[in-house]
Amino acid sequence: MACDNWMDKLDAYMDGELSAAEARALNEHVKQCASCGAEALRRVQQKRMVQAAALKFKPDAAFRARIRKQIGSPDRTHWMARWVPVLVAVAAAFLIAAFMITSQRSRGNEQQLLSELVDQHVASLASATPVDVISTDRHTVKPWFAGRIPFSFDLPDLQNTPFTLIGGRVAYLQQSPGAELIFRVRLHQISVFIFQERTALHGNGKEGVRTDLSFQVNSWDRDGLRYFVIGDAGSSDIERLSKLMQAAE
Amino acid sequence: MLPGSFEDLAMPLFDRLYNFAHWLTQDRAEAEDLVQETYAKALKGFRSFEPGTNFRAWIYQILRNTFLTSRTGLKAANSVSLDDEGAAENLAVARGTPESILLQRSDQQLVQDALAQIAMPFREVLLLCEFEEMSYQEISVALSVPVGTVMSRLSRARRALREKVQELRKN
Repeated sequence: MACDNWMDKLDAYMDGELSAAEARALNEHVKQCASCGAEALRRVQQKRMVQAAALKFKPDAAFRARIRKQIGSPDRTHWMARWVPVLVAVAAAFLIAAFMITSQRSRGNEQQLLSELVDQHVASLASATPVDVISTDRHTVKPWFAGRIPFSFDLPDLQNTPFTLIGGRVAYLQQSPGAELIFRVRLHQISVFIFQERTALHGNGKEGVRTDLSFQVNSWDRDGLRYFVIGDAGSSDIERLSKLMQAAE
Repeated sequence: MLPGSFEDLAMPLFDRLYNFAHWLTQDRAEAEDLVQETYAKALKGFRSFEPGTNFRAWIYQILRNTFLTSRTGLKAANSVSLDDEGAAENLAVARGTPESILLQRSDQQLVQDALAQIAMPFREVLLLCEFEEMSYQEISVALSVPVGTVMSRLSRARRALREKVQELRKN
């Protein structure tokens, strides 16, 4: 039956899925064929009825609000795009500020430590008994510290140098024991402090003689120990003694 | 810049998505869970959504896939055999006598009952085509089946609904 071909296309026709040419042709046929016309009418009616009947369930307001809240933070992408650079800038500013404060505090800490050591050096100068072990012999001084401080160190051979070892004593820095060695060069007295390296004592890594409270100071780290050379001698003497200490074996 | 935020695209579909979900699950609480999960998944996957493609078909696809993995969905999906869908089925069988099956406006409740009682795969394709007025292409995305399958399933669904209406009317 010729109508079967048209019937097969009725659904697509109703659903608007036929090409314009096919739709025109089917339209013409339906006008002339009672059987296809009635079937088309029935299907259109059913389609309209389903359309009307399908809208049956309505979400309640509370559920709508819940969903809106769920997907809420509207436009997440845009929000992020807008605020991330600001947050990054704020975080960066905060980090810079924190770094500045820390580094100032660190500088302040170091300054305080140096002042403390200079004080101890001055106390040694003023003391009638500046040392606990009096010896010019490094082989006497070094063993004396064994058991008194929690580390050991090497002393240089001072032969053919203008330096003389006077002796040593136990010094304290932030409640930690260390060694104070006292040397003499001409009329000047130089203290060499040795402490275990700890965070508070950690220097800025820069080495070199600098002036602190009109004393020459040099300091460095080596093998977990922090060395300070303090005295009122010239910077060349401080530097030379520092090198001797560093070369000690 | 995106053409619209997720909320701009998704909220206008809320009522219809809920209606569709309720038809699938036949239960208010389950429908709410389904819609909520759909929105959560869609929001999460929104970055992968390509602007310019069909958002509506995409979110209906998410809803339907979510439903199919639920207990109710698994049960409903197995309620009808779709084995012969690929075959070139006679789409115009069971035409019946036009006078005996013409629907009246007063038959709305009857149609709703029939819709609720036909198999889920038929119900969903009818809703997407008649109510959502989706194109075959959109339906094929939403249901993840080829367009040819959409056409044959739609034809069978319309017939199933018609028969169900007749059956209910007789009773």
